[in-house]
Amino acid sequence: MESRPLSRRTFLGLAAGATAGLALDACGSSGPTKAGSGGGGGNAATGSATYWFLTGPPGQQIRQHSVDRFNKANPSTQIKATTFQNDAYKTKIKTAIGAGQAPTIIWGWGGGGLRSYVQANQVEDLTSWFDQNKTVKDRLFPSSFGAATINGKIYAMPAETVQPIVLFYNKTLFEKVGAEPPQSWGDLMNLVPKFNAAKIAPISLGGQSRWTNMMWLEFLFDRIGGPEVFQAVFDGEKGAWSNPAAIEGLTKAQELIKANGFVKGFSSITADSNADQALLYTGKAAMMLHGTWTYGNMAEAGGDFVSGGHLGYMNFPPVEGGKGDPTDTVGNPGQYYSISSKATSEQKDIAKKFFATQVLSNDEVKEWIDNGAVPIVRGTQSQLGAAKGADFLKFVYGIASNAKVFAQSWDQALSPTAAEKLLDNIAKLFQLSITPQQFASNMNQVIGQ
Amino acid sequence: MALPALLVFAAFGILPLVGVLLLSFTSWDGIGVIHPAGLASWRAVLSDPGLPHALWVTFKIMALSWLVQTPLSILIGVFLAGHQRYREVLAVLYFIPLLLSSAAIAITYKALLDPNFGLGAGLHLSLLTQDWLGKGKLAVGVIIFVVSWQYIPFHSLIYQGAVRQIPRSMYEAAQLDGAGRVRMFFRITLPQLKYTIITSSTLMVVGSLVFFDLIFVLTEGGPGDATRVLALLMYKQGFQANLMGQASAIAVILVLVGLALALLLRRIGGRNASASQLEGA
Repeated sequence: MESRPLSRRTFLGLAAGATAGLALDACGSSGPTKAGSGGGGGNAATGSATYWFLTGPPGQQIRQHSVDRFNKANPSTQIKATTFQNDAYKTKIKTAIGAGQAPTIIWGWGGGGLRSYVQANQVEDLTSWFDQNKTVKDRLFPSSFGAATINGKIYAMPAETVQPIVLFYNKTLFEKVGAEPPQSWGDLMNLVPKFNAAKIAPISLGGQSRWTNMMWLEFLFDRIGGPEVFQAVFDGEKGAWSNPAAIEGLTKAQELIKANGFVKGFSSITADSNADQALLYTGKAAMMLHGTWTYGNMAEAGGDFVSGGHLGYMNFPPVEGGKGDPTDTVGNPGQYYSISSKATSEQKDIAKKFFATQVLSNDEVKEWIDNGAVPIVRGTQSQLGAAKGADFLKFVYGIASNAKVFAQSWDQALSPTAAEKLLDNIAKLFQLSITPQQFASNMNQVIGQ
Repeated sequence: MALPALLVFAAFGILPLVGVLLLSFTSWDGIGVIHPAGLASWRAVLSDPGLPHALWVTFKIMALSWLVQTPLSILIGVFLAGHQRYREVLAVLYFIPLLLSSAAIAITYKALLDPNFGLGAGLHLSLLTQDWLGKGKLAVGVIIFVVSWQYIPFHSLIYQGAVRQIPRSMYEAAQLDGAGRVRMFFRITLPQLKYTIITSSTLMVVGSLVFFDLIFVLTEGGPGDATRVLALLMYKQGFQANLMGQASAIAVILVLVGLALALLLRRIGGRNASASQLEGA
């Protein structure tokens, strides 16, 4: 898995060198700055824009291909790409922006992180650009703009795919123990002893990454009390975490842990290593609550797990007596590309041209669909139906379009300070080292921060 | 002669230190404008129950890793001080962990200790199939083990050199008086190593204050906050929670603790700690 990106990067390095040489021939005076600007980040180069994004299949390749297409079509204005692992990137991009070393194009999740950039005047206001480029705006899902909009202004281009979090399961293991996928929380709890007795871990979880644990709480809160429960937290209402629905959700999560619902050692498994997915497709764990972005990797790394039809998927089941709408979902309504306000006007123009011509171009849309992801572009149903993983794609499209509420992941919606406190307490909750009540009182202290 | 060194020290040692001290009296999210905030960051840090916990974890790891490393390093150092051929070969082998980066070591151990895909699961050894990094006490133990595995070679090297400096005449005299090997070790070798022990302990103790990469990759301070040492707390506050003011205050505390420990160890060594014990010196 590691050798591929490396060799491609080396190749791109060579390619970039060659194009820089061409550029030098083309325009003598501005050449030297261009040719001298190797390396990853920052806005050192004036003639080319920089772009940082995430590694991992299939997104890394698809993002890279769009950059390649742009560079090929625009030999004089190049984009240089640098890639990072998910969890490492979250720190790296913040530090780079703070140090004035941001790339021209900032890949992100929108929401609270984007708001902190906006408050520091670090990203371009794209509202007027979208007004001038109606065609770009109108072909995207309207719901994707919510997390890009801060105080009524658009600060990021919604991009890539819609990624709800769904309950994946291993059909083979369900057949083996003679069980049906859970239709309710009670079903899920009943499945736990069944799988444990068969020496199969009921649920895979990469708990060291912490936001993985959070996904369980996101759904429990929604199914028990509806989206209002977290909305109250987001709106900074005093004592919002002490809502009885919240306490019930936290308690249910701990009940699942105490019943050995999660795989042994889950708190030392990281999501970045994809070990949680490996547990599911190697038949060591029966279920996994995860974002639909994991489908591509499971299809690629899991042998015939996906192609042979062994992967099952469903929306999170309702909780008995809960108020939440079982069509609701949580996840990423899209990914978000911002432009650094510290970039030169030339770089900004390159980035905008990239947004208008290559981001979610027909070629890119096709690639996402071929890799089992639903791009945030309207009117792709027929394409989805004809693709390789049509059933999964239609399922994801259905969840995204039928959801009464498509909530953004908590840690992305909140400010980084509040998100860190939240993740810290979630880790402790899942270690059973604090009670639901302690969790609520710890979190109530930082509401509105 | 000392001027270049002093300049480098001022630029890379003193200047950032002053910067951090100043930052600790501000509030800054790492991205936007820096606002002066008086003692707000300090108040927040000192009232956070995370701080005494992180201090406790730091000292626990420091003390236990010292207790494990020191006797083993001395014994291996004494063993390697012999000039036999096979010992030279072994010395080269012992040295290998020192050549690896902490991050690489941590990634390797994390893979080996994985409860589902690790060594224990692969070889079906139930004894090895523990939730090594997922249970607080085990995780602390693993960190101490890996730290010792990584640094014992270095400290053995120091002891090897020191043992070779002990004059042979002392052992010859002891042999004439009929002293055995064990007795010579406790009566000659160990007392002669006193200052080396202090040097090596200082390196271990002050070094363990800044263990970061290893713990970050192995556990990220988890499970929960069981292995969250001071350096990790600083990182989390600064770079994950965007509270640079508080992170700077923690950094200042870290510097003070380090200085205090280094001074204390020098005191234990006595004022003439750097004086030689050798004949004729």
